Amino acid sequence: MAQSIPAGSTAAGGVAVAAESTVATRMSAPPSFDVADFPVPHGREEEWRFTPLERLRGLHDGSAEASGGMKAEISAPDGVTVETVGRDDARLGRAGKPVDRVAAQAYSAFEKATVVTVPAEAVLDEAIRVGLHGEGGVSYGHTVFELGAFAEAVVVIDHTGDAVRAANVEFVLGDGAKLTVVSVQDWADTAVHCSQHNALVGRDATFKSVVVTFGGDVVRLHPRVTYAGPGGEAELYGLYFTDNGQHQEHRLLVDHDAPNCRSNVAYKGALQGQDAHAVWIGDVLIRKDAEGTDSYELNRNLVLTDGARVDSVPNLEIETGEIAGAGHASATGRFEDEQLFYLMARGIPADDARRLVVRGFFAELVQQIGLPDLQERLLAKIDEELEASVA
Amino acid sequence: MATLEIHDLHVSAETDTGPTEILRGVDLTVKQGETHAIMGPNGSGKSTLAYSLAGHPKYTVTGGTVTLDGEDVLEMSVDERARAGLFLAMQYPVEVPGVSVSNFLRTAATAIRGEAPKLRTWVKEVKEAMERLSIDPAFAERNVNEGFSGGEKKRHEILQLELLRPKMAVLDETDSGLDVDALRVVSEGVNRVRETGEVGTLLITHYTRILRYIKPDHVHVFTKGRIVESGGPELADKLEEEGYEQYVKGGTIA
Repeated sequence: MAQSIPAGSTAAGGVAVAAESTVATRMSAPPSFDVADFPVPHGREEEWRFTPLERLRGLHDGSAEASGGMKAEISAPDGVTVETVGRDDARLGRAGKPVDRVAAQAYSAFEKATVVTVPAEAVLDEAIRVGLHGEGGVSYGHTVFELGAFAEAVVVIDHTGDAVRAANVEFVLGDGAKLTVVSVQDWADTAVHCSQHNALVGRDATFKSVVVTFGGDVVRLHPRVTYAGPGGEAELYGLYFTDNGQHQEHRLLVDHDAPNCRSNVAYKGALQGQDAHAVWIGDVLIRKDAEGTDSYELNRNLVLTDGARVDSVPNLEIETGEIAGAGHASATGRFEDEQLFYLMARGIPADDARRLVVRGFFAELVQQIGLPDLQERLLAKIDEELEASVA
Repeated sequence: MATLEIHDLHVSAETDTGPTEILRGVDLTVKQGETHAIMGPNGSGKSTLAYSLAGHPKYTVTGGTVTLDGEDVLEMSVDERARAGLFLAMQYPVEVPGVSVSNFLRTAATAIRGEAPKLRTWVKEVKEAMERLSIDPAFAERNVNEGFSGGEKKRHEILQLELLRPKMAVLDETDSGLDVDALRVVSEGVNRVRETGEVGTLLITHYTRILRYIKPDHVHVFTKGRIVESGGPELADKLEEEGYEQYVKGGTIA
């Protein structure tokens, strides 16, 4: 889509070169597993300023007592180990620490964690499927997916139903492993969901994340990537459709601290209706040792109606000049009248034309994901959202 | 027989300094099977005429009438005009990311014809039309106008003209930006449609070059928002030799 008219957007991106990292300094506390290390947010902190705290149902201030009500199902092909472990299991917490109070609350409050292990060199021909269905109530979760060296797997996590949920999800990739994770937030309109996803990408490993957010009252996700060695690759794709009154927030970080790694971030969202609010924060750090880094991040938003708001903040910090490439782009536009005119001038009625354009807007991203089954499912889901609303 | 009648058409557009009148009383009748060339200098309002006929929201009709077979075109929405048989080949076709040419063409044909074309005959129809315009078959899977060269965009417009078979085709500077080979291919496409005798053509151009390939029945000189002289093909020859100077004394409108 061509550069288009900003619509209620802030796109105050920045490129900081060899300066002190604002990603670290603007957080109100350093990352920690302990919720007590984070003050209760009041809403003016950099990391909370876009989030409606009053709608978090107490996840941020310690008042949300775990009450269960989360039905979890995991199906995994043969050879994959699924274990329920205690808090002291040494395999927990390796991919990264919680970066805000809610993630730390989740880490401090979960009772049992799930560890899913794909042995080295196992190449799964079927996806590992996790279904989390909320039946009301508050739950805290912790899940680890670990792939041994050269293992290959696809993980699909589906979130449905009503819930107040805070969780940490870890992805630990051995050398040369390939993991694709699809996280679908298809919650009921009342759900509140805050999750931190930490990926630790091994040497020459490939991590692909597809985050799809359609539902929920408030959804706030932190997909984060760090590299355990050189040659790693991360692709982070996201797609959101923010309706009337929904708050959907995606806060990404790619931390390049090893040489010759690649990252590509592409998130696209459509918004419609009064007080639909999408937030996208894209932080990329390229540290001193990360020579040969190749990185790009992109966020595009399509505002379909008045009354919706987007905050899009790309941020790139570079501490070495020896990189292959780094760039970012953010654009928020209204539905383009010229596209509508062109299609209508070929006899296509306005509603059909609008659907065609929105579908096209997402299809471009969906085509890049490269998983035919998922592509079809996503396009069908987008059609469903469009049927329900655009007309 | 289909007839497009434009009578005393006045159109204004919003500019930085408020609404500005661009068309100042256009009178023109185009019958099915006829080809009219509208020629004029830059800024004369030729393209405004084209976009006003198609119903672009940027332009406001402040007076006059436009009818197609007696039906009031100005009352119709953009898509209704197209379904009534009006086609605009655009000077600057718009990119539509994520929408493939094949999906677009089929959606448009379905809208115009009132039913989805049968898949097997449709595929053949598109393939043959593309071959005639020397369009690479891979083109069908590309997104509409995205990354197209100037020539590809214009061929894509004419491909639509051939497939949608309108009663009235308005070609807005279809010749601009084309090299001689592309101009010939595009002109041949227009001529194939004209030879059916079922379309009236309004050919809007700045240059006489395209008239060597597409022979008009009538030529109109357009300046300052209206037709100032009409004649046969010989008028184009005169313009070729003398240019627009004699018509634009006192300057063009902004």
